[in-house]
Formats: sequence, structure tokens, C-alpha cells
Amino acid sequence: MRFLDTFFDGAVMAKYLPDLLSAIVTTLWLSVIIVIGGLALGLMLACLHSLGRWYLTLPIVAFADIGRALPPLVVILIFYFGLPGLGIRLSGPMVLILVLGGVLAAFAEEIFWAGLTAVSKGQWEAGRATGLSFAQTLFQIALPQAIRLGIPPLVNRALAITKMTALGSVIGVKEILAVSSSAQSFSGSATPLTMAALAYLAIFLPVVVLSRLLERRYAWAV
Amino acid sequence: MSAAPSPSAAAAHAEVHQRPVLEINQLEKCFGDTQVLTSIDLRVKPGELVFVIGPSGSGKSTMLRCCNRLEEPTSGSILLDGEHVTECHGRALDKMRLKIGMVFQGFHLYPHKTVLANVMLAQVKALKRSKPEAEARAKEMLEHVGLAHKASATPGELSGGQQQRVAIARALALDPKVMLFDEPTSALDPELVGSVLKVMKRLRDEGMTMVVVSHEMEFAREAADRVVFMDGGVVVESGTPDEIFGNPKSERLRAFLSRLSPGAA
Ligand SMILES: Nc1ncnc2c1ncn2[C@@H]1O[C@H](COP(=O)(O)OP(=O)(O)O)[C@@H](O)[C@H]1O
Ligand SMILES: [Mg+2]
Repeated sequence: MRFLDTFFDGAVMAKYLPDLLSAIVTTLWLSVIIVIGGLALGLMLACLHSLGRWYLTLPIVAFADIGRALPPLVVILIFYFGLPGLGIRLSGPMVLILVLGGVLAAFAEEIFWAGLTAVSKGQWEAGRATGLSFAQTLFQIALPQAIRLGIPPLVNRALAITKMTALGSVIGVKEILAVSSSAQSFSGSATPLTMAALAYLAIFLPVVVLSRLLERRYAWAV
Repeated sequence: MSAAPSPSAAAAHAEVHQRPVLEINQLEKCFGDTQVLTSIDLRVKPGELVFVIGPSGSGKSTMLRCCNRLEEPTSGSILLDGEHVTECHGRALDKMRLKIGMVFQGFHLYPHKTVLANVMLAQVKALKRSKPEAEARAKEMLEHVGLAHKASATPGELSGGQQQRVAIARALALDPKVMLFDEPTSALDPELVGSVLKVMKRLRDEGMTMVVVSHEMEFAREAADRVVFMDGGVVVESGTPDEIFGNPKSERLRAFLSRLSPGAA
């Protein structure tokens, strides 16, 4: 029974459950904001990218490449511990949202843009030839196709990045990993960590399953 | 006009109104250093079907695409119903394009929308028709091309011939003044070509003004008022189908025709 006592200690579970529940709520709302904000920003950047103006393309490509190249933890630490030196003091959750949302936006821009370039020139010409403006063709014809192409990689990326909310534990954000690892050191039991793993599963497994269904539904023949 | 093989009400109508619907004046087009079109002049009268032939790379597509400014002419002017297409910009150009229907070799239907939505989209977004109005018009046009029963299908579920007829309906729904066809049957399996040509023939009989780039010489003989032969970016010869096919004057046209259908009359 060593195994059960170590990972599934009932008393420890009962004791830390309330803390963990509020941590789950924190992780959830952080994830929602990061995903919505990141995807929206990425979509907006891809649209601006499609205008084909160098003075827009250059900074957008730079942002997307740098955002994808830097390890998020490094940026989180810089924002949290470095920026106060410049008089900019951001709360832990704020840093997490800005950095992870920004990283997701960098990936999303790249994915939406790849989708847009995969939409054939003929689609654009059909739209423009029927009197649609550039914006109408973009929003009615090109983007819906680009988004469908992008759904599988976007879901994967959004999942990967929301899991990184665990990085909040190094800057004092009371999300799942932070709460459970402090519970682990107070109680000396690994049970809170088991609870954390279960909590992550409860949040993300349904999303993974849902994305599978979504992929199957959108695998449409041209 | 007297040589039109099947005189129709539209052709008679054309005798009265002589102002061209589409007028191409001294059109030139260069891609970088390569000149692709040289001094193209073409007038298309109301209800007329002008058929354009010529070897691959002779500039037929480019000429059509200059008419609605999918390609920007290097110089020269295009007029639609007396209005300068070449001087339009922005929203005015979008409005002008509503009056110029175009049918592509590759159909270019929107794969993420139903057939009905394909035909409705520009009506609602560009022509600003109400949704019920656009839907009624779309259904009418689909009926016209014989595909009313496919309204709720997606393009991927249709044959090439059906897709092309939807593309024709999509253009027609905007009530264009002229229809441009760029090799509308070249991407189709031979057995599907007939259904598209039939729709085009009917359009002609109803008085639509059309410019058709195609290799369907049989169709040209039956339906064209005038045939224009292009080679190397210039109009080499133009005349009635009888003149062009029966009595080609230039060596280039003779060579082209014999290459196309060796032994045919
Ligand atoms: N976008 C382009 N850029 C450069 N050259 C082009 C472009 N489009 C067409 N061309 C050239 O223009 C010439 C005429 O092409 P096109 O109008 O498509 O001929 P056709 O339709 O008669 O086959 C060809 O030599 C082709 O390579
Ligand atoms: Mg061509």
C-alpha cells in the first residue's frame, strides 16, 4: 500500500482540495484569456500581413519568428524580474497572459498566414471579379478556408501553450502547479502532485478529444 | 452580322444599337520586359458573341483579364457601355466588375460554401441585395443552368461540368453587361463539355454579350458571330466563322487550324 499512501493519501487530498479547486479556476481563466487573446492577435496580424505592405510585413514576421524562437520561460522571467527595473511592474498573471498570449499569437500568425497562402489565387480572382473588395474577399473567401486548414495545428499549439500556464509557478501565480507543489512541500506527500496531474487531465483531455472530432469534421474534400 | 448562323432576336437588336458594349482600344500589356499584348483593338456589340482562338501563350487570357483589370493594362483603354474601366479605382472598380461576368477555366467555386451560397455571396456583399432577394435570384439562375437540385450541395460534390455551370450562374446572378469566358471547358472530361456549351448557347440566344476564349471550334461555327485569331499578342485575323474557318487568309491562321484539326473541313 506504499503506492496508494504516496500518491493517493485521502487525508491530504481532503485538506488541499479547496486550494486546488481555486487554482484550477485560476488556470482555467488564464488559459481562456491566453487562447482567445493569442488567437485574435495572431489572426489580426495575419490579416495585416496579407496586405503585402513591407512596413507591416517586416515587423509581423520579426514578431512571429522571435516569438516562436524564444523559450517562454526566459521572457516570463525578464518581464517579471526585469521590467520593474524600468519602473514597469506587472502582476504575475498579467505577465503570464502577455507572454503566453504573445507566443500563441506568434504561432497563430504563422499558421493563419500559411493557410492564407495555401488558398489558391483563383479563389481571390473569383471574389474580386465578382465585385468583392479586398477585405470582403479576405473575410468571406480566403480566411474561412485558411482557418479550416489551420485548425489542427492551432489546437495543438493552443494546448501546448495553455499547459505552459504551469510556468506561472515560478512567478507566484497561484495556478495548479504552484498550489500543488507548495502543498507537496508542506505535507511531505506526493498526493497534491497527483491531484495536479488529474486536474490537468480533467481540463485538457476533453479539449484533445474535441479537437479530434473537429478535425474529422473539417477534413473536407475540395 | 448577316453571317450569324442562327439569327436571333438579340442579333437583330444588335443591328439597332451599334454602340459597343465592350470596347478595347490599343491595349498593350507587358510583364516586365516581355510584351504580351500589342495594339489590341476589339469592339463587341450588344448581343454579339465574339470567339477568340489562338495558340497557347498568344495572350488570350491576358486580354480577357485586362478587361476586368485582374491584370493591369500597360496602356490603352477598355470601355464598358461607354464608361472607362481603365480609369476606375477602388470601390468604383469593384462596381464596374459587377457588370463584367467572368468564367474561369478552373471554375474557382468557393469550397467552403454551398452552391447556393456561392451564387448569393457577391449579390449580397457587392450588389447589396437583400438575402431573400439574392436567394431567389440564385435559385432562378441555378434553375437556368439546370442545377436547382444541387443548391445545398458543396462544390466538392459536383462534377466539373456542374461546377462550371454553377460558376456561370454565379456570374449571371449579378446581371452583367458582358460575360467573359476563359477556356470554360478545357478542364472538363470530354463527356461533360456539352452541358456547359449548351448553357452558353442558350445565353447567347437570350441576347447576352459574350467573349469566349476556347478551342471548341464546333461551338464557334454554331454560335459565334465573329471569330478573332490571336498569335504572339496581336490580333492576326478576324471575321465570321465562315471566313475564319472556311477561308483563312494568313499563313499563321492556316497553320494553327491545320495543327488543331488535321484533315477536318
Ligand atoms: N503573370 C504573368 N507574369 C509573366 N508572364 C505572364 C503572366 N501571365 C501570362 N504571362 C505570359 O504572357 C503570355 C500570354 O499568356 P496568356 O495570356 O495566358 O496566353 P493564352 O491564354 O493565350 O494561352 C505567355 O507567354 C505567358 O507566359
Ligand atoms: Mg489562357
